[in-house]
Amino acid sequence: MLRDTSTLTGRLMKQILRSPDTIITVAITPIAIFLLFRYVFGGAIETGGANYTNYLLPGILLITIASSVAYTALRIFNDTSKGITARLGTMPISRSAVLWSHVLTSLVSNAVTAVLVVGIAFAMGFRPEASVLDWLAALGVLTLFTLALTWMSVIPGLTATTMEGAGAFSYPLIFLPFLSSAFAPTESMPGPVRWFAENQPVTSVVETLRALFEGRPAGDEIWVALAWIAGVGGLCYVLALRTYRRKV
Amino acid sequence: MPSPASAPAIDVVGLRKSFGDNEVLKGVTFDVGRGEIFALLGSNGAGKTTTVNICSTLLRPDAGTASLSGHDVVARPEEVRRAISLTGQFAAVDEVLTGRENLELIARLRRVPGPRTVATGLLAQFGLTDAADRRAATYSGGMKRRLDIAMSLVGSPEIIFLDEPTTGLDPEARIEVWRTVKGLASSGTTILLTTQYLEEAEQLADRIAILHGGTIIANGTLSELKTMFPPAKVEYVEKQPTLEEIFLAIIGTKEAN
Ligand SMILES: Nc1ncnc2c1ncn2[C@@H]1O[C@H](COP(=O)(O)OP(=O)(O)O)[C@@H](O)[C@H]1O
Ligand SMILES: [Mg+2]
Repeated sequence: MLRDTSTLTGRLMKQILRSPDTIITVAITPIAIFLLFRYVFGGAIETGGANYTNYLLPGILLITIASSVAYTALRIFNDTSKGITARLGTMPISRSAVLWSHVLTSLVSNAVTAVLVVGIAFAMGFRPEASVLDWLAALGVLTLFTLALTWMSVIPGLTATTMEGAGAFSYPLIFLPFLSSAFAPTESMPGPVRWFAENQPVTSVVETLRALFEGRPAGDEIWVALAWIAGVGGLCYVLALRTYRRKV
Repeated sequence: MPSPASAPAIDVVGLRKSFGDNEVLKGVTFDVGRGEIFALLGSNGAGKTTTVNICSTLLRPDAGTASLSGHDVVARPEEVRRAISLTGQFAAVDEVLTGRENLELIARLRRVPGPRTVATGLLAQFGLTDAADRRAATYSGGMKRRLDIAMSLVGSPEIIFLDEPTTGLDPEARIEVWRTVKGLASSGTTILLTTQYLEEAEQLADRIAILHGGTIIANGTLSELKTMFPPAKVEYVEKQPTLEEIFLAIIGTKEAN
C-alpha cells in the first residue's frame, strides 16, 4: 500500500513539477483579494485595533486551500475520463493507494502555495507573535483543514461529467470566508447574516488561526474548529471511498 | 478449444446486467481458450464495454458468473487482477509523462523487476523508441494506442482485454494496431477484443461472437459463422459471403422472429 501510494504520488508530483504555473495560478486570486482588502477596503473596516494583515491572513489561507483543492478534483476527473482510474482499478495494487496519491499530492502542493502566501503576508506587514508550539498547532489545523477539503474534492472528481462540473464545488467554499469573521468582525453584520457567520465552520477555523498567529490562547474555538473539520472531513472520506468503490 | 484438464482462460456464464431499467446483458455466455484471440462483435451500445468491465472486475454482474483463469471475478478479484490487463476504450496513458515513464510506472506498480529494461524492450517492440522520451501528449492517436497496449503487456499478464482498440483511429493507424495485435497472438497471450468492425474481427480473431440484443447470437470461427448464412441466399451468391453479410443475415433472422 505504501509503495503503491508513493509510486502513484510520484507520478502526480511529476505532473505538477511540469506545470508549476498551476501552483502560482492558485495563489493569484487569494493574493489579489488579500491586497484589495488590506489596501483598499482595510481602512474602512474596524477590527478593534488589530494589525489588519494579521487579521486577514487566516481567511486568505483558507481561500487559497479551497482554490487549490479544485485542482485535485480536476486531476481526478482527468484520470477518470481518460480511463487511467479504470486501468489502475484493474491492476493488482492497493485499492486505497489511488486516492491517497491524489490526497498526498494535494497536501504537498498546498504546502508550497501556503509558504508563498505567508511570504507575501510578511511583505505586507504580517507580524505574528506565535511561539513554536502555536506555529505547530496552526500548521496542524491547516493540514487537517486541507485534508478534509481534499477528501471532499475527490467526490466531484470521480462523479463529474464535465471539467467545469468537477471544479464547481469549490466556488461556494471560496465564498464561505466572506460570510465569516475572515474580513470583518461579525458584530458589524445584520442579524441573520451574523447568525450564519458566527455558526459556520470557517469562523471557528479563522478565529483559531488568528489566535495562534498572535500568540493568544485559542480557547474553545480550537475545539469547535477541530470538531467541524473532523466531522466534515470524516463524512467526505467515507463518501469518497464509497463513490470510488461504486465506480471502480 | 481448451483441453478439458485446464480451465478456459475466460469462462462467462449467464451474465446479466441492467442500468436502471435498461437491460443491457440478458444472459451472456461464452468461453475463450488459452492463447486464443476472441472477438466480441457488436454495434455501438450492444454491451461490449459492460461485458469487458465485468470481466475486468470494474463492474459487478447482476447475475451469472465470470471466471478468469479459473478465478471468479466477484469472489476473487485480487487473483483476477493479477491475471489480466485492460486496455480500455480510450487510450489510458498519462499525457504529461513520457512514453517511457508511463511504461515504468506500470512496471513499478506490477512489481516487475527492472522497470527500465522492460520499458526499453516494449518501446522497441512497439516502434516507439524514437518517441520514448517525449511526453505522450505529443503522440499521434495511433502512437498513444500502441503505448496503451504496450502498458497492458508490462508484466506479461495471461489475459488481455482490448476494448475497441482501433475506434477513432485513421486507417493507417488501424493497420499499425492490427499488426501489433497479430504479433501478440504468437506470444501465447489470451486476447479478448471488442469491435464494431466486422473486418477487424475477421482480420484478428480465431473466434468471433456476435453480441446483439443482450445475448450472444452467434459464436464460432469465421468458417463456422459462414455456414450459418441462410441457404435461401446461397442461390445467387457464388463468392464467399463477407462477415458483414453474415452479421446482417443473422440479425435479420433474429429480429424477424
Ligand atoms: N454506467 C452506466 N450507467 C448507465 N447506463 C450505462 C452505463 N454503462 C453503459 N450503459 C448503457 O449500457 C448500454 C451498453 O453500453 P456499453 O456496454 O458501453 O456498449 P458498447 O461498449 O457495446 O458500445 C448502453 O445503452 C449504455 O448507454
Ligand atoms: Mg464500448
